[in-house]
Amino acid sequence: MNQPNRLAGGQIDRSKQLTFRFDGKAYAGHQGDTLASALLANNVRLMGRSFKYHRPRGAFTAGSEEPNALVELRSGARREPNTRATIAELFDGLEAQSQNRWPSLAFDAMGINDLFAPFLTAGFYYKTFMWPKAFWEKVYEPIIRRAAGLGRLSMQPDPDAYDKGFLHCDLLIVGSGPAGLAAALTAGRAGARIILADEDFALGGRLNAETFSLGDSDGPHWVAATLAELEAMPNVRIMPRTTIIGAFDHGICGAVERVSDHLLAPLPGKPRQILWRIYAKRTLLCAGATERPIAFGNNDRPGILLAGALRAYVNRWAVTPGKTAAIFTNNDDGLRTASDLMAKGVAVAAIIDTRSQGTRIEGTNHMFGARIVDTKGRLGLESIVVRRSDGQMQTIACTTLGVSGGWNPNVHLTGHQRGRPVWNDAIASFVPGECPPGLTVAGAANGQMSTAAALEGGAQQALILLNDLGFAASRPELPQAEDAEFRLSPFWHVPSGKARAWLDLQNDVTVKDVKQAHQENFRSVEHLKRYTTMGMATDQGKTSNISALAIMAELSGQSIPQTGTTIYRPPYTPVSIGVMAGRSTDGHFRPTRLTPSHKWAQEQGASFVETGMWLRAQWFPRPGETHWRESVDREVLATRGSVGICDVTTLGKIDIQGSDAATFINRVYCNGFAKLAVGKARYGLMLREDGMVMDDGTTARLAETHFVMTTTTVNAVAVYRHLEFCRQCLWPDLDVQLISTTEAWAQYAVAGPNARKLLQKLVDPAFDISNDAFPFMGCGEITICGGLRARLFRISFSGELAFEIAVPTRYGDALIRQLMEAGKEFDVTPYGTEALGVMRIEKGHAAGNELNGTTTAHNLGMGRMVSQTKDSIGAVLSRREGLMREDALRLVGFRPLNNQDPLKAGAHFIAGTNPEAATHDEGYMTSVAYSPNLGHAIGLGFLKDGGNRLGETLRAVNPLGGDSVAVEVVSPHFIDPQGERLRG
Amino acid sequence: MIINHPLLGPRDAQEFTYLGDASLIDRPDWSAEDANEQYYGYAYLRDNPAGLHRELWFHEQGDRSWLVVTRNTLTHEITRVEFASHVARLAGRSR
Repeated sequence: MNQPNRLAGGQIDRSKQLTFRFDGKAYAGHQGDTLASALLANNVRLMGRSFKYHRPRGAFTAGSEEPNALVELRSGARREPNTRATIAELFDGLEAQSQNRWPSLAFDAMGINDLFAPFLTAGFYYKTFMWPKAFWEKVYEPIIRRAAGLGRLSMQPDPDAYDKGFLHCDLLIVGSGPAGLAAALTAGRAGARIILADEDFALGGRLNAETFSLGDSDGPHWVAATLAELEAMPNVRIMPRTTIIGAFDHGICGAVERVSDHLLAPLPGKPRQILWRIYAKRTLLCAGATERPIAFGNNDRPGILLAGALRAYVNRWAVTPGKTAAIFTNNDDGLRTASDLMAKGVAVAAIIDTRSQGTRIEGTNHMFGARIVDTKGRLGLESIVVRRSDGQMQTIACTTLGVSGGWNPNVHLTGHQRGRPVWNDAIASFVPGECPPGLTVAGAANGQMSTAAALEGGAQQALILLNDLGFAASRPELPQAEDAEFRLSPFWHVPSGKARAWLDLQNDVTVKDVKQAHQENFRSVEHLKRYTTMGMATDQGKTSNISALAIMAELSGQSIPQTGTTIYRPPYTPVSIGVMAGRSTDGHFRPTRLTPSHKWAQEQGASFVETGMWLRAQWFPRPGETHWRESVDREVLATRGSVGICDVTTLGKIDIQGSDAATFINRVYCNGFAKLAVGKARYGLMLREDGMVMDDGTTARLAETHFVMTTTTVNAVAVYRHLEFCRQCLWPDLDVQLISTTEAWAQYAVAGPNARKLLQKLVDPAFDISNDAFPFMGCGEITICGGLRARLFRISFSGELAFEIAVPTRYGDALIRQLMEAGKEFDVTPYGTEALGVMRIEKGHAAGNELNGTTTAHNLGMGRMVSQTKDSIGAVLSRREGLMREDALRLVGFRPLNNQDPLKAGAHFIAGTNPEAATHDEGYMTSVAYSPNLGHAIGLGFLKDGGNRLGETLRAVNPLGGDSVAVEVVSPHFIDPQGERLRG
Repeated sequence: MIINHPLLGPRDAQEFTYLGDASLIDRPDWSAEDANEQYYGYAYLRDNPAGLHRELWFHEQGDRSWLVVTRNTLTHEITRVEFASHVARLAGRSR
């Protein structure tokens, strides 16, 4: 296919022709092209529409700083909006769509916004759409969102994988231009472990875009030879397509490697991108510089580019955006573009040089002291209007224009820890100020603007860093390179009449908007940024911020350094959410912990519920049961009627040993534990130091110096952490050791009148588990099934005669099967967390709903458990007057007056005929269940002075749902209040 | 951030859990005359310095030791890492 704007030379592989589509139309390009260079080769200058005014726009840069040429890349689930065409590598079969236009890129109906520009200036959304208030959400915002925007999401799951990785090195070199390569040579030869990262797919930085010589070679050839040497070094890792996105604490840098973005789809087993965390002893920033434009009337037409970008297209990619060019510059670097264009056979109609004098470029019309005031061309540049030094206006025909207002060092990473750059008059830009510890800067990023200075700077900085790190290094032989003086006369914008002069191309901010912000007193840079949205687009104002600052400085009569910059923050360029998430998607977001009986429970068709990270059986439906309540009611009745089994492995287990173990436990529980006998377990209540309840559980004394503590499932980690705090920070000399054994033991509750009979079938005959030998709250180490070690605890959450039996986890699956087999004669029934919950509410046991972090032992009716005669965590503050009030909330039970009425957890109690208002709130319901034993709903809740109000009738109101139930205050012990069953 | 563990060397901060001010080591005497006042200060009153801060970190995904880390809250620079048990003993805590 014909590529009308393709020139000779360049670093593209002409033997490899690639076909691609843009807005449905097929084009050809070559290996080594970007989407932007290939489109320009095909004489496509128009690539997108601007954010606010829908102005026609084309590629403005040749790199990651691109504000204009944003496209949707790929199709289907892989469609990715806002991709910069200037860095999208061309591949065969690439599909791209322009965005933010309707119905087509060339005819965009929303271009009408441009006519309303006077109403859409800085801060328009703060002023225009304020009234009527209700219109904002329903009318204004939807319209604005539709009219102003970027690309569309695919709305489908991302089919690709993303990885995270960790790398370590002595020296991380950010950028592979002359400074980075000289540093890499120096450090690589010294034997240091180095990482050389560059965001481009071709390393070499500006050396790929220039024609001047390096020694007896040229840029690209010197780059190739240098890379060949570096690639042969085992201590060097070269990472192309890798952007260092941020410089974080303690020498850690974040990096995104685009592993497969240059392919139609990732190769099998390969991720799309990798988020690297790089631990570097030293980091050398060699990120180069970004060119900045000069603002003038209608300076945003397709075909108008930064001069350095135009030169890069001509030299590296052998394309020109137009057959006839012009240059607008305030510095000598812009003149290089003119020379290179002419060398490639592109006509240069004129050089408009803002300076009054200088070295004249021959072979073109070099106009000193001139300005561009306006441009023409509806969908692409056709001509420029120049005001000559003599004041005369002249129109010059050209289809591409290179603009150079100077170069800004890429100081971004130096500011990621709030370092502020400092102004350098010699290059009229900011250079690095205070840098993050361990990070230094070399080359153009450090204001060293010639190739020779960059090479030397890179090598010298590397020598300093290597010396710091203890490596013997020597300066490598560096090639002779251009060392031109950086001659620039600051010039920011051409004062023009009506034509708008654009600063931030992506967010459509003009010089006039900055003037308006100044007039309305938004003069600090941070205010300017937010009021005009200057620099707030995806390019973060890389090409525009400094110019806007300069104009604000001019307006406010301050210097640019007095005006200051906004703070640079990570990431350096946009990062996909996918790579931030890595593999942590869907079920991999966090680990799932399975109980030892999980496989068996699955075989029974159990329904599961997440409790923390655990997956627990919620109930076990039987054939014919159509509603979960049927299953749960059956499980409760069967357990209370004969025997039930529940996997309680998820409860936290902490093994506590040492000669001071009893002393330790006595201090972390508020109730007494010092005198707990060996072979006994006790309920323990644990407070926080502020007196609130932290957790509860049972702790068993297996031997004089050996205890096993249980915690609630959700607090297992926090309680363990707390105990280690107490042990190490409060009482460091107590002889006590802790270890979490939650996952070491599989534990089952066996509950119900036939629990003992069932267990006796498994427990080895040497162990007597009769009521006399093994009474309520007894515990011991036993063997079962002919020698398997086990632990038995006679504790009960259900209120029935119950045991908990623990075996090493690997026997957990076998034990549940054994128990079920042995229990057949008792019609043993497995029960899940719902039945467990029903039975504990029937018994009035507090659980997570009641231990909610705001309740005290006094609230729970356990105030007397807090020992007055010993030191324990939380005891002092639990006795505060305000917490001990007589009318404090107390845990009581509730039943509906009408047996058919359901209860709702979260309902608030209102007395008498009081209105449903917070001022009359008397407490709230925490747990509710249907009790199949009682035949009606039951509830637990906190009620003011509840202990003294048994028998009273209240309303449990739910103002959100608009319903209310009459309830009676009752004892929280609905079943077997005397506790006879569990002692039987 | 990287915390230089006294035994295990430089470890990523992600392995640790943060608690807060190391003054939590200085738990008051429960039997003191003004225990209420002392505990009120201990549980609720904290300094929030802009600069050096001694704070407790728990190596939860490591050796489970509590550490006292001296960190500059303005720069995140860590100048000292000690075992909390050593700090506690130096402060006179024992059994």
